[in-house]
Amino acid sequence: MTTTLYISRDASALAVGAERVARAIAEHALRSGADIRVVRNGSRGMFWLEPLIEVATPGGRIAYGPVQPKDVADLFACGFAQGAAHALRLGKVEDIAYFARQERLTFARVGIIDPLSLDDYRAHGGLVGLKKALEMAPADIVKTVTDSGLRGRGGAAFPAGIKWNTALGAQSTQKYIVCNADEGDSGTFSDRMLMEGDPFVLIEGMIIAGLAVGATQGYIYLRCEYPHAHEALKSAIVTAYANQLLGNDILGSGKRFDLDVRLGAGAYICGEETSLLDSLEGKRGQVRAKPPLPAIKGLFGQPTIINNVITLASVPIILDKGADYYRDFGMGRSRGTLPLQLAGNIRHGGLVEKAFGLTLRELLYDYGGGSATGRPIRAVQVGGPLGAYLPESQFDTPIDYEAFAAIKGMLGHGGIVAFDDTVDMAQQARFAMEFCAIESCGKCTPCRIGSTRGVEVIDRIIADHSRAMNTTLLRDLCDTMVNGSLCALGGLTPYPVLSALEHFPGDFSKEPALPLSAVGSG
Amino acid sequence: MTGWLRRRQSAEAVGEWQAMRKAREQIPLRVMAHAGPALPPEQADAVRAALDTHRDLPGALLPILHAVQDGLGYIPEAAVPVIAHDLNQSRAEVHGMLSFYHYFRTQPSGRHIVYLCRAEACQSMGARELEGLVKQRLGIDFHETTTDGAFTLEPVYCLGNCACAPSVMVDKTLHGRVDAERFEALLVEAEEASK
Repeated sequence: MTTTLYISRDASALAVGAERVARAIAEHALRSGADIRVVRNGSRGMFWLEPLIEVATPGGRIAYGPVQPKDVADLFACGFAQGAAHALRLGKVEDIAYFARQERLTFARVGIIDPLSLDDYRAHGGLVGLKKALEMAPADIVKTVTDSGLRGRGGAAFPAGIKWNTALGAQSTQKYIVCNADEGDSGTFSDRMLMEGDPFVLIEGMIIAGLAVGATQGYIYLRCEYPHAHEALKSAIVTAYANQLLGNDILGSGKRFDLDVRLGAGAYICGEETSLLDSLEGKRGQVRAKPPLPAIKGLFGQPTIINNVITLASVPIILDKGADYYRDFGMGRSRGTLPLQLAGNIRHGGLVEKAFGLTLRELLYDYGGGSATGRPIRAVQVGGPLGAYLPESQFDTPIDYEAFAAIKGMLGHGGIVAFDDTVDMAQQARFAMEFCAIESCGKCTPCRIGSTRGVEVIDRIIADHSRAMNTTLLRDLCDTMVNGSLCALGGLTPYPVLSALEHFPGDFSKEPALPLSAVGSG
Repeated sequence: MTGWLRRRQSAEAVGEWQAMRKAREQIPLRVMAHAGPALPPEQADAVRAALDTHRDLPGALLPILHAVQDGLGYIPEAAVPVIAHDLNQSRAEVHGMLSFYHYFRTQPSGRHIVYLCRAEACQSMGARELEGLVKQRLGIDFHETTTDGAFTLEPVYCLGNCACAPSVMVDKTLHGRVDAERFEALLVEAEEASK
């Protein structure tokens, strides 16, 4: 009997050697005549266990990991193809506590199915949402999304239903659905995992969005740092066209939706929706002033829904199971689930999809298992490079948009980067300004000039050059950036800076490492 | 009226100006667009292929620039007027794209491009130290190429591999949990792969 093995083709799994393991398995099977079939799935999101091999047995899928090529012969000898005992055997995947305690709605199929097989997608509940949407009036689809309480998962958390309703009401012969897959925040990888692990759910979500607002053309704007996701999306789109999922007769309904992937070119700012639209139009990715809102005047001047990957990929399950089902997860005004990403100096890094409401501490210790280095976690940056640095005293904050806003933080795209006690927070604050200077689109002065001045002022503080005066100046500069910038890049860069200054003042008042002469005067 | 303005409006000056305009109009636009160093034939072919494949797309410039860089490894300066003319855009608009997007390069790279992640998740796992080691090992700074033409070093801000930091991408192959020893092995692997 043929045994099915699953080895991930997720970029992070490949980065730690999954391809070499898959090759070793294939070679060994060829030599020994073992009757196996290897499926390259997405990742379950337990990256400390990658490269992970799952073996399909009558009792469920048994996991082994982390596997190195040198372990392969031994695994075969032990009879792992029958799920036998071995030092690397982890038991049933669904029983691993990290995985078992999650609530996977958007990521329901990721790591389970063959990402590029539409049949597999269908067999695991795919396309049910789309079929329901095809029977519904556009306004009813929008109402379902509104009622679900789904908010934009890209970072701004704007209610998706309101955005959709605006686009629905806009009059135009051409409307667009744009998927923001420019996932540039450090510490985030959920978009990438989803696109690599279940690309059809994103395609389905975009088609439903098209049906809801009357848009017939979609674009996925993908960052060029994600070559694996690019391959997966291209392949899935070809399959979708071949199976009448895309094109001028969606599943025989006579309705039309076309989809194309466009690659960005290494500009962080293009994750901001209006600069993304300029980039898609073939221009420099510069931020536009709002209003007009993209939902009224977006891509090529037409009404456009622009949503993050996870937002759009959450739509099919909402249509499938109903608004109430989704809304019943979560707390307060944060409804549904959020795919959180544990990253940086963390023992068990990976993806945790959970309903809103658990605390940061639970995530860091119950799931993350503390720092990777074994030292105390001193600071955590939540929400990417524009998110605040949180000290241990704030670890009990629940994962909820409003709770984070209340402590001057933000959940953003759900990325959580842990730092141990060797971190120098003054350097982290400096980097926030440096990053803003590198990535500023240059349109508004507070961001373009303020970030460069910010680096200089922090350098003077670190070098103990008129420290008190320069600290006041830094706060003043941050105030200008927060209130005077056109978009979130300049407007939020002060958050990591000020939070570092607020919670870790000692790091800014150490003995200078450099002599004063090495730093510019002023 | 100031001197220069009087001079500009004199019949003689206007006559000169009109003659000059007329002379310019005699030059076919296509030749004008190619002013400056011409593209070598094989590069011209790659640029033409990129234009032929993508020019009819809405917002064609970004896919065209990607296709040129995929084909040639960089976007030669001499390609700018050709692309601009083909799309009926100004050279400034095309040049503006090249100067805005970090990924596009106007100079050839080494045989391999090493993208080193400098973002926070990698910093938390020692990317700052790794950056120092890498620069020292290669003997170059960011945006530079080793003297033997093997490696170009570029900074990158997140490769989406944040649970397996620090990350390095060599050409299109991603590597996680990179330390000095692992980095050394990557260099060898890359050079062997290109033999």
